[in-house]
Amino acid sequence: MTTTMTPTTRMPRGLRTMFRDAHVTRLAVVLVALLAFFAIVKWPNFSSVATWQSMAMQFPEFGLLALGVMLTMVLGGIDLSVVGTANMTAIATAMLMLKIAPEGSASSTGYLALGAGVAFSLVVGAVAGAINGFLVAKVKIPAILVTLGTFELYTGIALVISGGKPISGMPPEYAYVMGSRIASYIPMVLIIFVIGAFIVWYLMNRTAFGTKLYMLGSNETAANFTGLKTTSLIVRTYTISGIFAASAGLVMLANYNSAKADYGSTYTLLAILIVVLGGINPNGGTGRLAGVVLAVIVLQVLSSLLNTFPRVSNFYRPLIWGGVLLLVIIINQWDKRGNLTRMLRWKGTRT
Amino acid sequence: MKARAALQKVLRQNEFYILLVIILLAIVIQARSGLFFSLDNIVALAGAMVVPGIFAVGTYMVLVSGGIDVSFPALASLAVYATTRMLVDWGWEGGLWLPLVLVIGISAVLGAFNGAFTATIAVPVLIITLGTSNVFSGFMQGALSSVQIPSIPPAMAEFGRASLLVTENPRTGHLSSLPLSFLVLVVIVAAAFVVMKYTTFGRSIYAIGGDESSAARAGVNVKRTKFALYIIAGVLAGIAGLVRTSMMGQMHPTNLLGMELMVIAAVVLGGTAITGGRGTLTGAMLGTLLIVIVQNSMILVGVPTIWQRVALGVLIIAGTAVSAVQMTRARKRQGAIV
Repeated sequence: MTTTMTPTTRMPRGLRTMFRDAHVTRLAVVLVALLAFFAIVKWPNFSSVATWQSMAMQFPEFGLLALGVMLTMVLGGIDLSVVGTANMTAIATAMLMLKIAPEGSASSTGYLALGAGVAFSLVVGAVAGAINGFLVAKVKIPAILVTLGTFELYTGIALVISGGKPISGMPPEYAYVMGSRIASYIPMVLIIFVIGAFIVWYLMNRTAFGTKLYMLGSNETAANFTGLKTTSLIVRTYTISGIFAASAGLVMLANYNSAKADYGSTYTLLAILIVVLGGINPNGGTGRLAGVVLAVIVLQVLSSLLNTFPRVSNFYRPLIWGGVLLLVIIINQWDKRGNLTRMLRWKGTRT
Repeated sequence: MKARAALQKVLRQNEFYILLVIILLAIVIQARSGLFFSLDNIVALAGAMVVPGIFAVGTYMVLVSGGIDVSFPALASLAVYATTRMLVDWGWEGGLWLPLVLVIGISAVLGAFNGAFTATIAVPVLIITLGTSNVFSGFMQGALSSVQIPSIPPAMAEFGRASLLVTENPRTGHLSSLPLSFLVLVVIVAAAFVVMKYTTFGRSIYAIGGDESSAARAGVNVKRTKFALYIIAGVLAGIAGLVRTSMMGQMHPTNLLGMELMVIAAVVLGGTAITGGRGTLTGAMLGTLLIVIVQNSMILVGVPTIWQRVALGVLIIAGTAVSAVQMTRARKRQGAIV
């Protein structure tokens, strides 16, 4: 018997793996429909580069938060403290940078402040996340409660060190680098998000860490008995979530050129919404990065679409988000067997 | 012998430790300011406890069933806002019964909305209520374009002002009144206590929280129980919102939003497990009392209000840590491999 390689018209393997997840397929359909709607109804906005640029600057804020929450949710936990961590690190970083390079310093001091600030923020974020991880893994407090508590704690710390007032007037070098546009089109913050998404992709799909995360999320008892170092895994996951939250804080710092303890107050709910929309099972164990990234883009497009209708008040936004979440949950339940995926399968030989 | 066993049983319960913490806190505050045990302060605390307390009863019932409902402040705001808006537009001058009926009706419908989703869809209640919370508040602020309503129907305002007793602080001459709505809290707590402990419905809620499939096999109609539960929770939230608006004397649509985490933390501090199946109403009330004390009395100790969130966060972490350590120890004692 000979095996022959028959050329098929199936999807390239990478894409096929991605679309095997029903959620990703659904979201892709939704995104395409949304973009079509946007293009038809609001062509002038759709075709202007400025729209896309402003979108590309906004979504990394909550996109990075969503990436961190995604990791913790795959683990079977949750991280409600991301916004608190982001604000706390942003404020601390801003104050540090102001200390190193006060108003009117030389350019080189400014760049030193920038470097020190970025490094400091990531370290503080890591520590904040590690505390979360320790409380969840070692003290065995349910993740919801831990991160609820640390959200209050970190926001409170942010309030205290900033005195409740926004911190601004940072060295201009920060804005030069972080607020800049590569090739005058692509915002730096978008690059940061892409790097973050790549890191998550690599972790989840190419390292043992990612596989162990999925295992631990699926069945904690089995994971324990298999000899997985659950404590270390959990602590590492929450640490990474803290680092992502800190980077989101850096992005907000760049976008608003200031730091305040209550920035991004709607982002907690939004991050969870994105992650669930992206197909991550809240009980842990399943979900792909592609889904989360698609969900981020869908929500940003929705948000910007809403902005182009000046008569429609901004307050409709939570209504639409909530409605989309409920709709997707219903569709997920109805379409549990992945019928939609099968319908949209690339033409070719049947599996 | 019996006394010793009883004592050991009490010591193992979470509620005892919460009570201990409250007493300790009270003593510390009294020592620092000499004002804690004044009748004036007690009355003020009781008044501050009414709205979170009613919310806590509903949250407690939902938590015991194994779900986490974060939509109740939005639900309450929407129900009360719609009612107030309608009544003010009609110029209602009559009794309190109509606002009450309207609020209960609307919040029952909204609660049924929650219940329909949670009973039929196998997604964690937290996520579902996150969605419905956004829908409620978005509807209120968007479709109803909510604005602050400065004057509420006179019946409601009167109810808010009515007080059971008025006390005067001897040192500062400050007047504190125990609002009539405290009676509402007492009635609700008593009713909930009876329902949860002595009715099949209440025991079914515990059963569902413990293990849903076992409960189903034991004959509990899970869907119907959950549906009814969320309607009740919705009505309770609506009543709490009505009380809040009446006491404030005006309708502020976004005033209540954001309270959900605090109430959930309060109930969990009181010993209700976040996974469901365990918890007592006493504990839930004690937990609420603790948080209300922390929030209201920090000034008496001389802690500036800007530290409030830090204190709340530390409290939640410490409280849940104690509870978690206790649970781990209990499970080890039972021989489980933790």
